[in-house]
Amino acid sequence: METRKIKTPLTEEIIRSLHAGDMVLLSGEIYTARDVAHRRLYESLLKGEKLPIDLTQAVIFYAAPTPRPPKKVIGSIGPTTSYRMDSFTPKLIEAGLRAMIGKGNRSPEVVEAIKTNNAVYFGAIGGIAALMSQCVKKVEMVAYEDLGPEAIRKLTVKDFPLLVVNDFQGNDLYLSTQNNWRI
Amino acid sequence: MGTEIETKTKIRRINAKKITRAVKKLFIEANTVLGEDVFEAFHLASSREESATGKEVLKKIIENVDIARRKKMPICQDTGLAVVFVEMGQDVHITGGELHEAIEEGVRQAYADGYLRKSVCDPFTRANTTNNLPAIIHMDVVSGNQVKIIAMPKGGGSENCSAAKMLTPAAGIEGVKKFVLETVENAGANPCPPIIVGVGIGGSLEQACVMAKKALLRPVGEANRVDERAEQIEKELLASINNLGIGPAGLGGRVTALAVNIEMMPCHIASLPVAVNIQCHVARHKETTL
Ligand code: SF4
Repeated sequence: METRKIKTPLTEEIIRSLHAGDMVLLSGEIYTARDVAHRRLYESLLKGEKLPIDLTQAVIFYAAPTPRPPKKVIGSIGPTTSYRMDSFTPKLIEAGLRAMIGKGNRSPEVVEAIKTNNAVYFGAIGGIAALMSQCVKKVEMVAYEDLGPEAIRKLTVKDFPLLVVNDFQGNDLYLSTQNNWRI
Repeated sequence: MGTEIETKTKIRRINAKKITRAVKKLFIEANTVLGEDVFEAFHLASSREESATGKEVLKKIIENVDIARRKKMPICQDTGLAVVFVEMGQDVHITGGELHEAIEEGVRQAYADGYLRKSVCDPFTRANTTNNLPAIIHMDVVSGNQVKIIAMPKGGGSENCSAAKMLTPAAGIEGVKKFVLETVENAGANPCPPIIVGVGIGGSLEQACVMAKKALLRPVGEANRVDERAEQIEKELLASINNLGIGPAGLGGRVTALAVNIEMMPCHIASLPVAVNIQCHVARHKETTL
């Protein structure tokens, strides 16, 4: 299977070249954020407050790593289930977010926001967190440190293995492939 | 008064610290070293998988288990709720502490010293308890003077896809199969397939759930040896689940589940409880007997 290498920032040109089913190796900077961090970002947006991260062309990885052992860059890290972020996501996409990394399918509202804003949803394989941690080269604490594992961190990753699940045209990889293999 | 009570085995004293040490070791080990039975099941699945993406996913899953073992890292970042099964011999006397506290101290130490993620929080404020406590402890008193401890770190992704239902007795075997299949289908890619499906049939609402969880402790590939009907349903369900096409990581393919494990017991004349506990491919559990 062909794998494409892409780099952040994910420009409109890159995003419009991605199609559901593409395997990519992503390099560059991505943020981690999951349940509580999403609620906080969302509430800040509603109140018109300044966000602790710049969402313009940003990539968010739904993940919370294990604690960093001595002499390691990061502990194990992998995707959490994305649907829990669905109710906050369209608002974040409107504010500039361009790519999300997680596992499992998204709500119709998220798929629609991906389409109208030229964004992309990448699926990562769940439960291969020791392997994925090897792609993380740098970690920086950025916001909500009180949330511990759920805090927002900026990761510098190299060749992060991902699949395009929902592309800007509204295609859905889970739906199409699962139906292909259904008996 | 004062007379020695007759017991089958000799009363044995076990120090609470010994329990704490054992629990700590089990949780660190369970989180970093996957069971051989599950590992073998991945290889078998890989040879059976026809989808190229599915094969690629299984390859990465196998590689991940290797890396985790070699580097002593958690296999998955979700190091789970600490579920503990204890079979306590009735002729054991715990000294130097209280059993429940000793177990929780073991969990606390494992998650702190083993660099495991603390994933427990208040249900409403979502404030992290910061030590992965409370643990979920299931205690059975059995005969003898030994203590068996099973540590099972259970991830949230697959637990969230689990379900229980009180069926009508008329629903029968077909109703049970339908409910299990629906639960797995609704779960889709979320519980990190290939999954193991634990099913509890009968008992009461909570007993069905406990049976479903205990069913996940059975070695992968081993059938229910107590009830032929259960064995038959396991086979049929495994085939229908794999026909759903969800596949490894939900990306389509032949292998959605590695096993279906059913535990059964009689129930009330008015009910037919069924519980489905879904286990992701990071099927972690380790046990020891003291
Ligand atoms: S469901 Fe299992 S493999 Fe997937 S993220 Fe949770 S613990 Fe890890």
